[in-house]
Amino acid sequence: MSDGKLVGIVLVSHSAEVAASVAELAKGLAGAGTAVPVAAAGGTEGGGLGTSAELIAAAAASVDRGAGVAVLTDLGSAVLTVKALLAEGDELPAGTRLVDAPFVEGAVAAVVTASTGADLATVEAAATEAYSYRKV
Amino acid sequence: MLDADFFRRWMTAAAASVDREAERLTALDSPIGDADHGSNLQRGFKAVAADLEKEAPDTPGAVLVLAGRRLISTVGGASGPLYGTLLRRTGKALGDAAEVDRGQLAEALRTGVNAVRTLGGAAPGDKTMLDALVPAADALGDSFAAARAAAEEGAVATTPLQARKGRASYLGERSIGHQDPGATSAALLVAALAEVAGE
Repeated sequence: MSDGKLVGIVLVSHSAEVAASVAELAKGLAGAGTAVPVAAAGGTEGGGLGTSAELIAAAAASVDRGAGVAVLTDLGSAVLTVKALLAEGDELPAGTRLVDAPFVEGAVAAVVTASTGADLATVEAAATEAYSYRKV
Repeated sequence: MLDADFFRRWMTAAAASVDREAERLTALDSPIGDADHGSNLQRGFKAVAADLEKEAPDTPGAVLVLAGRRLISTVGGASGPLYGTLLRRTGKALGDAAEVDRGQLAEALRTGVNAVRTLGGAAPGDKTMLDALVPAADALGDSFAAARAAAEEGAVATTPLQARKGRASYLGERSIGHQDPGATSAALLVAALAEVAGE
């Protein structure tokens, strides 16, 4: 537990619609009225497909409650941009972490776990654990 | 010796070159990528050139760090964080010296190229920008012209390779027979460096 502060979740996709919809799905499955701060950072600033460092930085700042921020991404430039921002040092809030997880399942696991007041390491472990959920 | 003005001229020359070649880069990115490499880099380097006109960083390292940050924030594709990391880490390796020589730049560039390898997880032979950058950084120890030739050779040599990283890797054998857009733009960047060095 982390002093009642909730871990923030940022969802980064090449598509604004995908990021926003996965955020909505994860919050919906976490239960109505969940207090977990979740922000979508999808697409480019111009509304196209791609990744925006500015949208990611703004989303991370908006969900930072002092308990850390877990960032989940889809692929390619989304992953590389978050890594490059983390390497920069001052672009993302302290305690921001790129979480290695499947995007949809990981987002649901992260938001549900964060809603229990779990700390960043526990949220990260739950999201990563989603890789082991086999469908067949 | 190479001062901050030399590095500003390098970035401006790179922006002009990317602008001239944007259509070709995007055309190369069409069969094996998502057809945005030219326009993405054009946007990024245009922003870099505009920044360097407004601000005048007074060391070589500061010029490259500023350019790298700007590429990360404006490109919108994988080439943004990759080239951004290349320039930023090269700039950081140059420290705050007011002037550097070619040997110091070659050493710093190797540091930058290694950071790109770590970030993207690619190696030479994977059909990426590294196929131009790695030989260029090694040849820069000899001369600017040698670095340009090595980068161009490396870019051309990506044609028969099968892509192992990024979107093109999903195409498997169908990625063979196309010159890699990232290696091509990397060769442009090195050619711009040789151009401002007068070689």
